Amino acid sequence: MHKYALLILLLCSITSISQNCDKTLSGSVTDRHDGSMLIGATLIVAGSEQAVQTDLEGKFSISNLCNDTYTIQVSHPHCLTKGFTIKISGNTTKSFKLEHHLEELNEITVEGKAYSDKSKTILQSKISKSELERFSSGSLGDALNSLSGVSSINTGNTVIKPLVNGLHSSRIVIINNGVRMEDQEWGTEHAPNVDINAVGNLTLIKGAGALQYSGDAVGGVIVAEASKVPVKDSIYGKTQFTAASNGRGSSLTSQLTKSYKNGWYAAVQGTLKRFGDFEAPDYVLSNTGIFERNASLHIGFNRFDYGIEAYYSLFKNDIGILRASHLGGAQDQLRAINSETPLIINDFTYNIIAPKQNVTHHLARVKGFKRFDNFGKLSLQYDFQRNNRLEFDIRRGADRNNASLDLQLDTHTLLLDLDSHLTDVINLKTGVMGRYQNNFADPNTGVRRLIPDYDKYDLGVYVVADYRLNDNLLLEVGGRFDYTYMDIFKFYRTSFWESRNYDQLFPEVVVEELDNQILTNPQLNFYNPSGTLGATYSFGNDYKLFFNYAIASRAPNPSELFSEGLHHSASRIELGDLRFNSEVGHKVSLALQRNNDIFSFSVNPYVNSILDFIVIEPTEIQQTVRGNFQVWEYRQTNAQLLGVDADASYVFTKNFRLNSQFSLVKGYDRIRDEPLISMPPVNTKNEIVYQNSKFNNIRLSLQSAYYFRQNKYSNNNFEVFIPETQTTEIVDVSTPPAAYHLLNFNSSIDFTIHRKSKLTVGFGITNVLNTSYRNYLNRLRYYADDLGRNFLFNLKINY
Amino acid sequence: MQMIWVETFYLILKSIINLLKTKTMKNLKTMKNLKFLTTVIFATLLFVSCSDDDTPTPVNEEEVITTMTVTLTPNGGGTSITLQTRDLDGDGPNTPVVTVSGDLTAGVTYDGSIVLLNETENPSENITDEVEDESLDHQFFYTSGGNLDVTTAYGNNDSNGNPLGTEFTIIAGAPSSGTLTFTLRHEPTKPNTGLGDAGGETDIAATFNVTVQ
Repeated sequence: MHKYALLILLLCSITSISQNCDKTLSGSVTDRHDGSMLIGATLIVAGSEQAVQTDLEGKFSISNLCNDTYTIQVSHPHCLTKGFTIKISGNTTKSFKLEHHLEELNEITVEGKAYSDKSKTILQSKISKSELERFSSGSLGDALNSLSGVSSINTGNTVIKPLVNGLHSSRIVIINNGVRMEDQEWGTEHAPNVDINAVGNLTLIKGAGALQYSGDAVGGVIVAEASKVPVKDSIYGKTQFTAASNGRGSSLTSQLTKSYKNGWYAAVQGTLKRFGDFEAPDYVLSNTGIFERNASLHIGFNRFDYGIEAYYSLFKNDIGILRASHLGGAQDQLRAINSETPLIINDFTYNIIAPKQNVTHHLARVKGFKRFDNFGKLSLQYDFQRNNRLEFDIRRGADRNNASLDLQLDTHTLLLDLDSHLTDVINLKTGVMGRYQNNFADPNTGVRRLIPDYDKYDLGVYVVADYRLNDNLLLEVGGRFDYTYMDIFKFYRTSFWESRNYDQLFPEVVVEELDNQILTNPQLNFYNPSGTLGATYSFGNDYKLFFNYAIASRAPNPSELFSEGLHHSASRIELGDLRFNSEVGHKVSLALQRNNDIFSFSVNPYVNSILDFIVIEPTEIQQTVRGNFQVWEYRQTNAQLLGVDADASYVFTKNFRLNSQFSLVKGYDRIRDEPLISMPPVNTKNEIVYQNSKFNNIRLSLQSAYYFRQNKYSNNNFEVFIPETQTTEIVDVSTPPAAYHLLNFNSSIDFTIHRKSKLTVGFGITNVLNTSYRNYLNRLRYYADDLGRNFLFNLKINY
Repeated sequence: MQMIWVETFYLILKSIINLLKTKTMKNLKTMKNLKFLTTVIFATLLFVSCSDDDTPTPVNEEEVITTMTVTLTPNGGGTSITLQTRDLDGDGPNTPVVTVSGDLTAGVTYDGSIVLLNETENPSENITDEVEDESLDHQFFYTSGGNLDVTTAYGNNDSNGNPLGTEFTIIAGAPSSGTLTFTLRHEPTKPNTGLGDAGGETDIAATFNVTVQ
């Protein structure tokens, strides 16, 4: 290439001497996104076909030009080729900016750190697109579960909530296509309303980006984005079908994208997933089916310096909850726990009956951006979400088919963000966020509202900057302030209001006193500062050391503030506390990473100290005419979580790779000096992968996953009187199940069926040995074993 | 309150815009864009702030059972005995008030009947009717404990001829004292031999201290 260029240059210089053209055009070629120098970019002068390449500093020089107007084509292997028109008068300098190809990175990112998404000073974990496709028939939680430091808190096997470094629910922020999910994430039995098949890409935001999304992600931020669409004339798609033996169901997902060179594009995607009752090794898990329907649509216009996009997605899910988990009180609970098998086992069916959940989530987003030279990229986004959750319990009489819970949560958010390169070494990101949320609990359920009607207003302002000190060291600092105002209308039971002394503490919020209830109108304000400070040091050829300190403040969620009553699905009475203030987490994390073709690893220890940590735990037994129930009360304490996540990957011979990961977290209540409840047990996963790109890209993997027993737990057992036997017995709700080992097999092979089409056939077995086990983090572990062996067959066509 | 909100938001925006102004004086078009954005944000905030604050309507728990009254009428006349458990706040923090109006007389047979009420509603709702309507899905169980010497027998059946038990008879044996527990199971296995194999979910479990003299 160089020789060719030189030859042309030589030829050109000869011909141009006679024209007395001795002017020089010099300058640099940079990446429009991050301003980085593009090495090896080719510049061709139209007409003369004179060509040069940029050097190691991204600089170029074209000599022997006349005082004239030239068209120069600039190209780079990683960028879209672009033409520029330049007027030469004398020796001219000009810098060209190229748009990086919007490569399909197709990843979701989890930051197991406070606040950060896309932070330069926090080690990020990624799931590749091929990995995601293996979870096509599962859920987002299943996919995240495969990462070190991430586990999940489950309700059965279809409600999978990610648990990052020991924290879950409101402490994990999920960003779906740039929109913070507001899907009643406070509940442990509320799974994220995100279609795993709609997740394509990770958009890398250079710099400390997580504060851009939120300041309250005490546990972490999960960013899921749809695949980027290239700016070229194209039409492509993908269809994937998975059939599974356990649950006797399948999932079908398809997506189609059309793009134009002028920047317009449209993409449509849909998923249909239906499973009947799942099975443990020894019995059917009755009423655990799932029926999921999702669709999404993108339409947009994308140019180098401006663009606009509209996005809409619909997520609809019917989930059966294990029939045997619906209990009438402590005596039933004892019977269920002491029984080896679930108390109710029916024949396999696809029907989903009560107890069940029916969730619909609409998400609409409009986003526009404009890039200003020497200033930065300004974007404005408006999004609307409507989450409707219906929960059906086993009921009596006329209410038999009515939902026990019917909540509609509407959220409007407006974001204004500025992403600016202040200098070559300093990047600045700043923005404001305004959000309005309304919750409406339908009174026609005939059940007192679990979550009251409320209006919530949020206002956030953030600034994040990073500074590249030298080639090895990068510093990052950021701050954010969030203000939250809540206006709530809640009916309290008079007896509860008085037993909590609220009648003395909050007499001013009482609106009206009814027979046995009091209508109140609490108005709450929360002021939440958050911040991050970090550094990344690169050394050797492939080592990186990350350090980050982050402070996160989270306002209590409606469930923590206002729960007051029997939670059927948990067979317990849950009580919130109106007096709660924000919890504040301080997290220090360190990571050492080696990125190498043969041996890569990362070790990531951390300490997370959370002041006023809100925890729910059993406090007493309450007698009712229905029987006795355990009371779980929310309480604030100081918590400390210590842990380490480790990953390693070693290529020991050609085509063979060993992947290992290890996660450990210990959580303590520092006030009571006892272990925290629901902490993931130590676990390690080891996998041997054979992959041969020369033989149809065949891939075979065998994974061993070992989960230790959780030995640190708080004792929340309680006693109950059994009239039949006239004895008092202990209800053991604390003792964690035994350690277990699972073996999983996976394989896939690619076939080219047409010039542009590829067929991938996959086959897998999970729980190969059909091991009976119970997972400490499954809320239904008291009543039934977890899933037995499952054969999966997978077909994927890219076209 | 909402006005303060809007003002705060506007002030913050204004300061940001001022900041931007100094950087982008050259670019008038930018200014225009920003002005437009401000208007949009301002308008949206006003719009959302004006949402109405409807006072919600109260929900009375429809399925809660607050009161169970067991009336024991002696065969051959005499004062009937009432066993009652009453918890007017349902699942709330107050414990049920349990009363037993008197002692059973040794050797006497009593006709028993059970009435379930939801007194959180006004007028109170009779839940016994619902239980009897769905007789196939319900069954009462009577358990004596301690030294109590009584014998119980079902007094009514469901539509399949299996026991329902909202009516029953109880024969007081020798003078003794102990507990008498009434358990109502929802969706039990029918027929069954007792609580041990009945399954289902407990709707009621109430224990009374009873004396036979």
